[in-house]
Amino acid sequence: MDKPVRARGITKSFGEVVALDGIDLDVAAGQVHGLVGPNGAGKTTLLGLLLGLAVADSGRLEILGTPVGRALAAPDGVAGFVDGPGLYPSLTARQNLAALAALRGKEQTAGIDEVLHEVGLTDLADDRVRGFSLGMRQRLGLAAALLTKPRLLVLDEPSNGLDPAGKKHVHGVLAKLAAEGTAVVLSSHRMDDVEALCSDVTILSTGRVAFSGPLTKLATETHELDYRLVTSDAATARRLAGDTSGIRVVDDTGVRRDAELLVVSAPVPALDDLVKKLVLAGVAVRELAPVISPLEAAFLALTEQPESI
Amino acid sequence: MTATVATPAAVRPVPVLRGYRFELTKLLSQWRVRLLIVACWLAPALFVAVISRQSSLPVDTLFGRWMHATGWAGPLVILGFAGSWALPLLTSLVAGDVFAVEDRLGTWRHLLVAVRSPRRIFASKALASLTVILVLVVGLVASSAISGVVVIGNRPLIGLDGHVLSAGDAAGKVVLAWLCALAPTLALAAIGLLGSVAFGRSPMGLLLPAMVALAMQLVQLLPVPVAIRLALPGYAFISWNVLFTSPGQLEPLMIGVVVSLVWAVVATALALFLFLRRDFTNPVHDGSGRAAITAGLLPLVALFAITVAVVIGTTGATGSGIDQDKVQQSVATSFAHLYRLQTRQLNRPAVTEEQLQTSAACTKGGDQVAAVGPGNDWRCVVSWHLPGVEAAGSAIYQLDITPLGRYVADGDGPKEVNGFFLVRTPAGDAPNPLWQFDGSIELLPSTPKG
Repeated sequence: MDKPVRARGITKSFGEVVALDGIDLDVAAGQVHGLVGPNGAGKTTLLGLLLGLAVADSGRLEILGTPVGRALAAPDGVAGFVDGPGLYPSLTARQNLAALAALRGKEQTAGIDEVLHEVGLTDLADDRVRGFSLGMRQRLGLAAALLTKPRLLVLDEPSNGLDPAGKKHVHGVLAKLAAEGTAVVLSSHRMDDVEALCSDVTILSTGRVAFSGPLTKLATETHELDYRLVTSDAATARRLAGDTSGIRVVDDTGVRRDAELLVVSAPVPALDDLVKKLVLAGVAVRELAPVISPLEAAFLALTEQPESI
Repeated sequence: MTATVATPAAVRPVPVLRGYRFELTKLLSQWRVRLLIVACWLAPALFVAVISRQSSLPVDTLFGRWMHATGWAGPLVILGFAGSWALPLLTSLVAGDVFAVEDRLGTWRHLLVAVRSPRRIFASKALASLTVILVLVVGLVASSAISGVVVIGNRPLIGLDGHVLSAGDAAGKVVLAWLCALAPTLALAAIGLLGSVAFGRSPMGLLLPAMVALAMQLVQLLPVPVAIRLALPGYAFISWNVLFTSPGQLEPLMIGVVVSLVWAVVATALALFLFLRRDFTNPVHDGSGRAAITAGLLPLVALFAITVAVVIGTTGATGSGIDQDKVQQSVATSFAHLYRLQTRQLNRPAVTEEQLQTSAACTKGGDQVAAVGPGNDWRCVVSWHLPGVEAAGSAIYQLDITPLGRYVADGDGPKEVNGFFLVRTPAGDAPNPLWQFDGSIELLPSTPKG
């Protein structure tokens, strides 16, 4: 019972369409777990099951230690949203939260001020939601979820519409929640978000799990990546790369042309060798980063999409 | 830092009372609902006050001709208007939108996660919309009654058969009439819930109660058999009339109320059935569709057919319900009551109805057609006797009888009895109660079949 989410062999179909096909998922307390996959992979359906919006056709699902039955209801301690937060535009931000708090039998306003502060909406507390941007709505939706002090937080694309400051707020809140022991399951199309926030990730493809585990494991399983290498002497760098075993200089078509930029394809050990050679040759390494992240590379590989579109 | 899940979490749906308060908060935050509440609590009072200062009266509406005479006519005029227009519109705007609004806002999933019970969401929404509708209805009756009593006065009311109701009796009957009108209002509200569930975000759901009410009114205007009228849930908007005749035939009122309540229960149950079957996992699908509409419509059509059969079976009512005997009896009774009223106005010696021995001889279409059914070609000759006078008095009326059994009797003379709209009383000229009067014919047979 140490895992807030434990799913085994979950299937869910809508008519002829199989949305989830034998899904296994484990999410530990204090873990931020990313759910990624192409459109139609079954992410929202799976999040909906966790929130009690739908019932699986078969399989076993335990949420917060409680086996989920046939009723459409999530146990106490589960909060979140799918397809955007549900907010009432004729109410202010504070009224939206107060109504929700009253629904849960909590009339005190202290918690409301606290969560509004956490998501950075204190100044807009008494504005009607009608005038809120998508990012503000996302933050208010998160505040609504926080209000219930969840033990499992389920979020669908929580970074949608957020500006950098808003994103920073949301990331901070989620990290704090996880540190306090809340399990967070979030879906996102933004790989940078998932990499920044999640310790574990599940990649779904056509309703099946293509990968599930720590991000670090995903990185080691990714064989060879393209890296951007910016040095003080591109010609020398190109020569040394050509001389290094396991390194392939990639034609940089499609990548920004830059005199100091080199794109190489290599496994991590070969890359280490190249960096050593560059340093010994007195060439400064100004930038070395994957063209696409390991997660994105794995996502594209596992979901069988072409890497460059 | 990580923590463990100490104990299994319980699945505890939110209590209906909290859900109800949540729904009420949302409804009352809508400017449309606030505007309706203000309108329902102010407009009738303004209407009564304006009419009290005008020389013309809304005589086309039942009790409209008595609006200068008593403050209790106002709430009944408003009831007549409300039954036709206001209540269907109010139920449309409140109950017809209470589910659809969540589709438009995309808040269903949020609500389900928060409440954790579709059944309780349904109950909360139904109760909240019912509460708002009740606030609107109470506003209509309170506003018109208070304004009437304050501006015009707490005076006796002339009933639909010409008998005089004391001010207290009139007040009680007004409240009772509005209570009876609540039954068809509930039926329309339930149809609104059904439409709101079955049509999803489509505006058809919002319009459904108003359209159903309009269709029912059209049917009521047609010369259809009386059993069909009584089987429609809107008949109680009309049948409250019988409260203002003495002795009144309460059977049509009871049937109207019961039919309305049955429709309210069945339509609500259908709405619940469709709502519980809805799949909330797909945000694009709003629960509407041919299957939902068919599942909502067919049982109501069946209910209507069964009700018609039951009404015919229990009352023996066939045809229009309007025949020569009923017209003659109604006109004679009303005339006798109003003649006594005119006698009092003119300070003449009092007479009793037994002494008057009033009778009426009515024909339709100048004896060219059978004296049955509605029409504006009814003509009645009323005869009466006065104590100590051997010759019988007589007066002529032209009648316009609607398919609902309501009629306006227009006096054709003699001038000193019913031919002129004023009578000269010791206190000056006053409206002549015998010149024109409203009446109502009981459509059901006087004794049930069997």
